[in-house]
Amino acid sequence: MTVTSTLATAAAADLSQGRQRVARRKSVTSSQSRMGYIFVSGYTLLLLAFGVLPTLYALVLSFTKDGAFVGIDNFVRVFKDFRFFPAVGHVALFLVFWLVSLVVFVVLLALIVHAIKVRWISSGIRFFYYIPGALAGASSVMLWLFVLDPSVSPVAFILEAFGFESFVQTISPDNLPVIFTVIAFWTGAGGWIVVMYGALNNISNDILEAARIDGAGPVQTAIQIQLPLLRKWISYMGIMSLAAGTQLFVEPRMLSQASQAVVPGDYSINQLAYLFAFKQNDFSGSAAISIILLVVALGLSAFFVVRGGLFERD
Amino acid sequence: MSRGVTPGQWLGRIVAGAVVAFFVLFFIVPIVWLLLASTKSARDLIENPPFSLGSLGSLAANFQSLVDFQNGALLSWLGNSTLYSVGALILTLLVSIPAGYALALIEFKGRRPLLMITLVVMLIPNTALVLPIFLELSAVHLIGNALAVILPFSFFPFGVYLTYIYFSTSIPADLLAAARIDGASEFRVFRQIALPLATPVVALVGFFNFVQNWNNYFLPFLMVPGRGSPVQVGLAELLSTVPAFNPTAIGVVSIQLPALALATVISIAPVLIIFLFSQRFLVEGMTAGGTKE
Repeated sequence: MTVTSTLATAAAADLSQGRQRVARRKSVTSSQSRMGYIFVSGYTLLLLAFGVLPTLYALVLSFTKDGAFVGIDNFVRVFKDFRFFPAVGHVALFLVFWLVSLVVFVVLLALIVHAIKVRWISSGIRFFYYIPGALAGASSVMLWLFVLDPSVSPVAFILEAFGFESFVQTISPDNLPVIFTVIAFWTGAGGWIVVMYGALNNISNDILEAARIDGAGPVQTAIQIQLPLLRKWISYMGIMSLAAGTQLFVEPRMLSQASQAVVPGDYSINQLAYLFAFKQNDFSGSAAISIILLVVALGLSAFFVVRGGLFERD
Repeated sequence: MSRGVTPGQWLGRIVAGAVVAFFVLFFIVPIVWLLLASTKSARDLIENPPFSLGSLGSLAANFQSLVDFQNGALLSWLGNSTLYSVGALILTLLVSIPAGYALALIEFKGRRPLLMITLVVMLIPNTALVLPIFLELSAVHLIGNALAVILPFSFFPFGVYLTYIYFSTSIPADLLAAARIDGASEFRVFRQIALPLATPVVALVGFFNFVQNWNNYFLPFLMVPGRGSPVQVGLAELLSTVPAFNPTAIGVVSIQLPALALATVISIAPVLIIFLFSQRFLVEGMTAGGTKE
């Protein structure tokens, strides 16, 4: 769930829009294509080793047990596990909070920041929003452990206003979807704001000027012109975040560690896959969970590549 | 915007300004606080105002307690992180730049399928394949070996794609065709024409790859447990020895909260510094605005 990777893929998606058609040579010499194979060979090897092969291996594992084919037994066992659906529920609830807050605030902030005409203020604000992206994974969770602990928190007054007097109270399981949302938003939103800002920059000034002359205020302009043009980007952000969010792991794991298991060790789906593999030695069950998550991620990304239009070629 | 401004518009601007300001605080305050916290003693942290500055002495004491922790474990975590991130960075560049170039400017069979697979794989969150990769690498007995981290890190489809885009747009195919007609070998075309023009994309791919490697938690957590941990994983281990979070840890060599804050600062320092230096291109260059022309 690192911001750089989301920003990065967004940037790539974006670059593909501005790309020109590559002129193709008619004749393909054999020395050329031989060189082509040499140039892509290293990457292809890594792609096979760490993209294709693990997927196939997990597939095989998920349909076998101790080497014997067992059909969908592993999946059935996972589904019947009393921890599975609660974990799905936790992740789903987190995703709802996270996606809604992302869409609402990222778009709102991008629109406002884009409307600021003073260059250095606008770029300064974007930089401030972006900087938490440097803290991903364990570091950002660690920082938030401090912020959520009323005894040291710089915003203890806010926690106390909500009635949280101790760390354990703050991170009670009911609060977790919101807490994970805040953490994920804090690290990730800035990158998306920058992406949306860039997309807004691509809307031609003539259109905005015309709207202004027609008497449209900033709110009307936003709703009638800017939002429809951002739609593709918003759905891109939604799909990427959805895929990444299903992978929730480090946040609940560290909170669980820090709270003496007030936050359970099987809070998220990926944690459960981890427990299957390392606590129960059930690699087949673990592989089954991985496959389920992979199908979701792969499905979402394939859907986006095929239907989203961002990656249209030529 | 030289027209008169109505009271309604003023109100709108004030509300918008307040929203922007609130989020600036939201994003920045925790970081500022963390930097300050690392300069305090454990008592200062609880008793003094949250945004007061501690002392150099406390900072040094915090650092000392971190260095003492498990005989310099922090330093070896940092060393591990550097080894994994830089090793993977080098391998990524060696592999991705030629691949992206070939996909963009060389015709060969299988080019399109490779490009499509790259697109799809690129969008899969990088944690999704961690468990399967672990199972695979444990089957070949690589777990615990630095390669178990460096090799998966070096599989960076986004870098390939970025390079592909860069070469497709920035180098006219005619230029290469001319060089080829002049009898330059494919390798010479790449080395003498394409590579000198590739600096921006090398920097870009390097930046994203390094940041992602440095911050990755899940993959090294499984692949190189114990002594081989990078700093992100070590940080989580440090956490379990802090009495404030783990009462059972009292009596063991314990880490105080300010030292933990300092450890967090140290763990993010390299990436934070890179961010500060790349400010311009992070805020402007990367995004749609940058490709307007």
